[in-house]
Formats: sequence, C-alpha cells, structure tokens
Amino acid sequence: MDDAAAIFDFGLGWLDADGPDSDIVLSTRVRLARNLQGHPYVAKASDGQREVICRTVSRAFANTSMHGRAVLLRMTEMSERARTVLLERRLISREIAGLRRGPDGGVAVAISGDSPVSVLINEEDHLRLQSLVAGLRVADAWGMVDRLDEELGRGLHFAYHHEFGYLTCCPTNVGTGLRASALLHLPGLVLTKEIARALQGISEVGLTFRGLHGEGSEVVGNFFQISNQTTLGQSEEDLVEHLARIVTTVLEKERRARQVLLRDAGPVTEDKIWRAYGLLRYARALEYEELMNLLSGVRLGVSLELLPSPSIYLLNRIMILSQAAHLEEAAGRALTSPERRAHRAEYVRRVLAGGDAPTSGSGD
Amino acid sequence: MSEAQRECDGPDCGNPAVVHWTQVVNNESSTQYLCKECAAAKGISTEPPADLDVSDFLAQLEPKGSRAPSEPSETCSFCSLTFEDFRNTGRLGCSHCFTTFDASMRRLLKRIHGSSQHVGKVYLPPDPAAADIDRRLDGLRRSLRRAIEVEDFERAALLRDEIREHEPGG
Repeated sequence: MDDAAAIFDFGLGWLDADGPDSDIVLSTRVRLARNLQGHPYVAKASDGQREVICRTVSRAFANTSMHGRAVLLRMTEMSERARTVLLERRLISREIAGLRRGPDGGVAVAISGDSPVSVLINEEDHLRLQSLVAGLRVADAWGMVDRLDEELGRGLHFAYHHEFGYLTCCPTNVGTGLRASALLHLPGLVLTKEIARALQGISEVGLTFRGLHGEGSEVVGNFFQISNQTTLGQSEEDLVEHLARIVTTVLEKERRARQVLLRDAGPVTEDKIWRAYGLLRYARALEYEELMNLLSGVRLGVSLELLPSPSIYLLNRIMILSQAAHLEEAAGRALTSPERRAHRAEYVRRVLAGGDAPTSGSGD
Repeated sequence: MSEAQRECDGPDCGNPAVVHWTQVVNNESSTQYLCKECAAAKGISTEPPADLDVSDFLAQLEPKGSRAPSEPSETCSFCSLTFEDFRNTGRLGCSHCFTTFDASMRRLLKRIHGSSQHVGKVYLPPDPAAADIDRRLDGLRRSLRRAIEVEDFERAALLRDEIREHEPGG
C-alpha cells in the first residue's frame, strides 16, 4: 500500500475551522465504544480472533453509509511513520498505532477522505466509532456516530446488557459508551489566572480535562480537551447537551477574560502577540512545544483581530502538519532532531508567506 | 502578565501566585492567591487530573491479599478471567464477565458512574425478540419526550417515524 497516497487527506476536514466559535473551540469529537457479543475483548483475543473480528466488522460496512467511501487501513500493513501521521492527526490512539512494540494483527481503522466519521477496530474495544468536526458542534458530531451505530447495529450483534447498557472492556465506558470532547484554546483564562478556577468548576460538574492528545498528555499551548467523565445513568442526548452547555460557559468566560486582558494589559498583550508572529515568521529552527506556544499567541491575536492574518485554518494546519511524522512524510525520509526543527521552521515560514498548497479545505 | 502578577498569600511565601482560590464556609467567601507549592499543600492541583485507573480504584475498595467476603471467587466460563485478574488490570475479558461478576460489577458501576442503570439508547439486535422490540420502543418514547422538552423537533420527527416502524401494524 502506498501509505502517503492512502492517508493524504484523511482527518483534515476539521482544520477548515468552519464550525461555530472555531477560533476558540478547535474541534468537537464524539466516540462510541462497542463490542461484539460472543468474542473475547481485544486484550484477551489472539491475533486470529482479532482478525475474525476485523473481517466481521468490515463486512458489516457494506450495509452502511461508509460503503464505497471508506478504506480499511490495517496497522500491520502500514509503516511506523504512516501510523504516526494518523496519530498526529488525532485519528488513532497511541495504543492502536503500536509505536514501540509494533501493531497487533487485526487492528485497523476504517476512514474516508470526505467524512468526519471513522471507526477504530480492535483498539481497547472491538469498535470505536468517532466523528471529529470543526468548532463547537457536539449534537452534530453525536448525530453522525449515532446514525452509523444504528446502521452497524442492524448487522452486528453488539454486547448489550438490559441494566448496564452497552458493555465495554473498561467499566468507565459502560452504559452509553459515549465520550464527547471539545478541544479549546484558553489563553485568556490562563493569562488572567482564572484557569484553575474554571478547571475546578469543570470537574465539579462531571467533566474532566486533558491535553491536546487525550489521556495522559500534557497541556501545551493553552489547549485543553474537555470531556464527560461518566457514561452510565444519563442518556446520550443529556451527556452531549451537558458538555455543550458547559463548554459554552467556558467559552464565554474565555471571551470575557480576553477583554479584561485588552483592557488591563492591552499594550503588553499586543506586544506578545506580534513577537510570537515575528518569531514564527522568521525563525530558522523550532521545537514543537515552542511552536505550540507561539501559535497560541498568534491564534489569540487573530481571534482578537489584532493580527490581520493568517487565518484560523492556516493556524490549525500548521499545528497538525508541522509534527514530526508529517515533516518526515513531506521530506520523504527520516529526519534528525536538528533537521526536524529546521524543516518545521521552514514549513511555518512558507505557510505564513502564503506558499503552502493545501491538500484539503478551502484555505483563505 | 507579569505586571498584574500577584504574590502568593501563603505564610512567608513571596512566590508568584498561579491559583486564585475562593472558599465558601458558612456562607462567608474568602479568596486567596497561591503559588503552585502552597496550592499543592492545600491539596489543590494545577495539573490535569490523572485518568481514572480502575485497578487502583478497585485496590482501594478491596485491598489486595484480603479478599472481601463479597468478592466473587468464580472464573468467567467464557474467557477464564478471574476477579483477581480484573482487580489487577481494571479490564474485563469479555461480555460474559459482567454476568459472572454481576453483583461486584453493579457495585463498581455505581461507584464510578453514580448509577448502574443505563437510560440511553436501547439496542435492537439484528434478530430481535418481542421483548427487545418492547424495550426499544420504551427507549424511543423516552427519547421522544426528551426531544420535545428541548424543542428538538427535527429529532422528534425522526423518533416518531422510528416508533411507527416498530409498533404493531407499523
């Protein structure tokens, strides 16, 4: 398989920033965990048993809206770099990518270039249906996975318990199997020192927060991922509506904090934003973490209309496409750390100078 | 912004404050500005919370080596998982484990989620029995009431269609 051709456009739709409040809410994701009745869970299954599960699931796609649109990418048939590209696009988890020990047999992702919906097969659960869309669109993202869940459920026997609901490998996902999350950029709350209070408030109403790459990842560049903590005892609609309501509240707090920043520290804020832009525009070497912090400043500047350009779309694009595996994919070879820093800075300069040819989305 | 940076209110501490902590006791509100260390001393974390580790959670409930009287001694007849295995990894081996460890799972789910009763989508298997269809209809009617409450009429119309599809004569 030609990895680069196969995955070229996948999972980049949300970069378009065409959803509501996309300057602050980068993306919304909803995922559903499902397992097949009569098969051991993934951790207990042999390569052969996982392969049977993978074939059973992929056959069921024939009667769904994914048929003819999605391709099945098997992790064992992909290079480590290609798997890392999918990880950097936030489409697969570190576990499914199998980066250190190599991927397991029967582990795959069904994905298409023109749909925000994808299905992980044999991750922690047999199926993880997910949709990833731009901006704050929790109900839309839920509607998409709900439809696919209905279609797949007509052909597959899901593990379901009349009291506990959908059964999952980890008890923290039992019930609806639903995890909804929004990725937010909150520099205003961080700079005005209101963030700890906001995050404490989030945890008091049954939500939790993580870094950009989900479980166990650190918070960099003022990006926070907020999601529901529990999955049982509330309906899917209640879970997604609750997340949307709380994220809207955080969003309003963030916008107010930005106005406070402008009012009380306007010149300093503006200076920091333009310095961040200047460094991105002219730096010759960039670490990814440094890049994320500079992008945070520039994103704030664009959102507050202190900077006339670049667009939010281009900032999203830089954030994803300047990660290590993407740079190596573009270079067509492995890069040393100093080379990576230089390639990253060069890529960012080119995008900011208007020289990046988008492979997806409308651009600006 | 450094210009607006406050110093920590902790005893003999002049570090920059990173946490703005408001406490309400007997309707009296008090606010303190704390540095990372002083916040930690009060048990306030400025780091993301660790993800819930079910095996740690289980270990707290029923310490290792002292099997609680209620702990099941069975082994799952489908995947051979023991409750001890589950306690060590926090992961079930198959769907049948939920039946094997039924009472323990119910207790655990209540502790984690506050409830063991699913109130979301009711799954309709490919070859449904009459009871499955009845349960599904109950679930759809619940969702319909909810959709009308929140004035999501588009969803309500879809739900009505689906209810008609499953109702006798539909």
